[in-house]
Amino acid sequence: MTQARNEAPRWLTALSHSGPSARLTRLLHRCGICGRTAVIVPPLLWLTLFFLVPFVIVLKISFAEQQLAVPPYTPLIDWAGGGSPHLHLHVSSYAYLLGDPLYVQAFLSSLWVAAISTALCLAIGYPMAYAIARADRSWRNTLLLAIVLPFWTSFLLRVYAWIGLLRNNGLINQLLLSLGIVHEPLVMLQTDFAMYVGIVYSYLPFMILPLYANLEKHDPALLEAAVDLGCTPARAFRQVTLPLSLPGIIAGCMLVFIPAVGEFVIPRLLGGTNSLMIGRVLWDEFFSNRDWPVASSVAIVLLAVLVAPMVILQRYLGRDGAPGAATATMHGRPQPGAPQPLP
Amino acid sequence: MSRRRPLFLPSALTAGLVFLYAPIVSMIVYSFNASRLVTVWGGFSAKWYHELAGDRQMLQAAWLSLRIALATASGAVLLGILAALALVRFGRFRGRTLLSGMVTAPLVMPEVITGLSLLLLFVAVEGVPFMPSSRGFATIVIAHVTLTLSYVTIVIQSRLATMDESLEEAALDLGARPAKVFVAITLPLIAPAVASGWLLAFTLSLDDLVIASFTAGPSTNTLPMMIFSKVRLGVTPEINALATIMVAIVTVFVAIAGVLMSRQERARQRDLRLAAANP
Amino acid sequence: MSVRAEPPGHTWQEPQGEPYIRLEHVYKRFDALAAVDDVSLSIYRGEIFCLLGASGCGKTTLLRMLAGFDEPSSGRIYIDGADMQNVPPYSRPVNMMFQSYALFPHMTVEQNVAFGLKQQRTPRAEIATRVGEMLGMVRLQGLERRKPHQLSGGQRQRVALARALIQRPKLLLLDEPLGALDKKLREHTQFELVGIQQRLGVTFVVVTHDQEEAMTLATRIGVMDRGRIIQVGTPRDIYESPRSRYVAEFIGNVNMFEGEVTRAAAGELTIECRELGLELHAASAAPAAAGTRVWAAVRPEKMQLSLERPADTANLIGGVIAEIAYLGETSTYLVRLEGGRMLRVTQPNTQRDGEPRLARDARVWVSWHAAGCMVVID
Repeated sequence: MTQARNEAPRWLTALSHSGPSARLTRLLHRCGICGRTAVIVPPLLWLTLFFLVPFVIVLKISFAEQQLAVPPYTPLIDWAGGGSPHLHLHVSSYAYLLGDPLYVQAFLSSLWVAAISTALCLAIGYPMAYAIARADRSWRNTLLLAIVLPFWTSFLLRVYAWIGLLRNNGLINQLLLSLGIVHEPLVMLQTDFAMYVGIVYSYLPFMILPLYANLEKHDPALLEAAVDLGCTPARAFRQVTLPLSLPGIIAGCMLVFIPAVGEFVIPRLLGGTNSLMIGRVLWDEFFSNRDWPVASSVAIVLLAVLVAPMVILQRYLGRDGAPGAATATMHGRPQPGAPQPLP
Repeated sequence: MSRRRPLFLPSALTAGLVFLYAPIVSMIVYSFNASRLVTVWGGFSAKWYHELAGDRQMLQAAWLSLRIALATASGAVLLGILAALALVRFGRFRGRTLLSGMVTAPLVMPEVITGLSLLLLFVAVEGVPFMPSSRGFATIVIAHVTLTLSYVTIVIQSRLATMDESLEEAALDLGARPAKVFVAITLPLIAPAVASGWLLAFTLSLDDLVIASFTAGPSTNTLPMMIFSKVRLGVTPEINALATIMVAIVTVFVAIAGVLMSRQERARQRDLRLAAANP
Repeated sequence: MSVRAEPPGHTWQEPQGEPYIRLEHVYKRFDALAAVDDVSLSIYRGEIFCLLGASGCGKTTLLRMLAGFDEPSSGRIYIDGADMQNVPPYSRPVNMMFQSYALFPHMTVEQNVAFGLKQQRTPRAEIATRVGEMLGMVRLQGLERRKPHQLSGGQRQRVALARALIQRPKLLLLDEPLGALDKKLREHTQFELVGIQQRLGVTFVVVTHDQEEAMTLATRIGVMDRGRIIQVGTPRDIYESPRSRYVAEFIGNVNMFEGEVTRAAAGELTIECRELGLELHAASAAPAAAGTRVWAAVRPEKMQLSLERPADTANLIGGVIAEIAYLGETSTYLVRLEGGRMLRVTQPNTQRDGEPRLARDARVWVSWHAAGCMVVID
């Protein structure tokens, strides 16, 4: 009888030998309940009920058709008629979605915007993460706090602040005008530019923290060895640091890309009307058009598109678990000694 | 390493920090601008703060958001401790992959999807006993707990995993039953992570717009929802005042945390020296 | 200070002694790997039994099964006659001293040591007395209120020991107890441990990879390799009478010569060694048939180095000194033989100036008695 290394010893699930709770334990055990079940069941049940089941419902509704009723969609299973139930699967919403170039365009532009934003976050975030990782130990916590602090203040308010900065009569234009760099206010609000600024601004820590968590673990002796063996610092960076930081880069990119695809608030507030993002589509379909089936199909298709990046992220979260903890500490206090990685 | 380019890294960092703080600083400055217009500096004035204090709707929304955040944080932490314990200490069990997947998925799921799915759930179970019959406080709390559970679990999981397991084994070895071990040994040692997770869930809940919009009823207005609608209508300087207040509160907390941490560090150094003094 | 009623004698040498701890055909498999492979052991009361082996040999797995943190895949473990199957660690009369000490960082020394007694619901007054006693025994009085991070490594170890012993367990398990200490402290602690054990009469099982530690502490040693027990015996038995090549080479240093038994007389074997081109004479209690392939093993300190050819010795060979290592108490000589083979010889430095002619490139004679030669069959 073999035991896998991760299996708990039998005594943990065996009956307790003595004590007043023995009888109760035996009774519960007969019902298949033991101490461990009491720990596993509540979160499992909660998540199944409030995470998994809703998705099944979304899937179900995506196969319905819009109908003037409460709820405003056709039922999946028709019990009327007394006989065997009829399954009504309408793929019309999917057909509508995939057939209309507007929706396809929205999907593609969302992917494109997310990709560009990810690239920008990487370009800006990598030097910052690297600088913090190389900084004096006594400064590091302060710098991390400085990076994280803005994100404890309301996200919405900060986006709002950018509106103020980017407007035609906003601070930036005032500065440019007074310095004589431009003679007319630059139109920055309600453009793609503003949207990118907003997205990069909001998602930057999602890139910096996993990168930092990875870079911090690099052994400085590796770079010293490379330089000692004749590498220029630039080459040493390219050949030693960059490859080693690849897991952090990938984790950071996925943590930015995946949520950015479905980003709704920023394009709404900062973006122009021509940059149609899929998150906005979903919102409008649901709230404005009251077309639940189409909104659901949008969600399902979006999920399908994101499955591949999510799987990639899962693999990197497992291998170098730092990103998960790092993301989480984005809003919380970094533990003394910077974000702790999962082993 | 940056001997050849001594200025690049620090300047990149500084530029990044300026980028991060520019909007915040501008909001703080303008919250004291007597003039409503951004272009004109009308003198130093605190009138927007007065207006904020008098805005009943805003205050009600803030109070609601606060209550939701408190409930969310507490619920998420309770469930998060259980989930983290199961995932780290229980090895393989039936449903482990499911639990692990469901815990990490909401982290990256676009919020519109989570919001939509939860709303559809609440609509579907209207009338079912034990389920909220109308959308409001309860539904928002449920939605927020589900969202923040992932973050809390990961924070606690991380701390549990790096905690020395032999401490729990030693307690078992000395005669403590598993439940006692958890309360007397594990819990005190993961307390910082639990506190961290609580704060994290609190902040996320307070700040959430999308999911609250989906799951709130017609009569419920959280603070972010209120801000969003005001922002869509135009610029209101009292928003600047609100932002400044939030920044001030957060900064105070961070300062306190920083002082506590440095004091802790100094105490630790003192203890190390004390230990090294005698063999 | 209470001492056990019966002074611990050499119970493992009593012919009708009942073993205190018995392992019967214990296996432990992790997936496909057998970490512990059919181990059967008897450990007697009052012993300090050392499990000695390289890392990965299964000794720590065995220890954990004694403690109750892992269950054997098959086989039984008995402690004082009671079958330990399915008995959780908190119900066993066993306590463990962990390699990392595992002191509870959020509790004081006092609270750490009292932890076990608290679980047993001992009355507070009794806890206080016993904790005071124990701390006195390990010489930590005055440090009750300190927390673990305020203590040095040696002090932490003593807290761990006090904590494990205060419940007067039937068996104390120690996982690499001296590994984290520096040399001087290690020697000092070795003797302290033995002293405490003899005073309390507790049975110890120690796991270590350090031969010196095992030789100093143990009443008996069990050498382990790849999940199996290769040999069990007193330190002297293991060192002077290894029963396999593995044990002979694992413990200390040894010179090995392969050969064939040509003659087996009363208590002495003659071995033909082709490599050296010699006949070796070895004392051996166990008979061996002529023609058996054996290994003659000679420890470096059993060999004699001389400049003149000694008369009338059982084993003799000539060579040239290739290297000398002066180690203070002894000197180690590497002697190159005609075939290129190196012999390792250790000589005590009985004189301060030493013998100047025993220098590099000197021609010397190496000799040893038949009694100094061990015989092992693979």
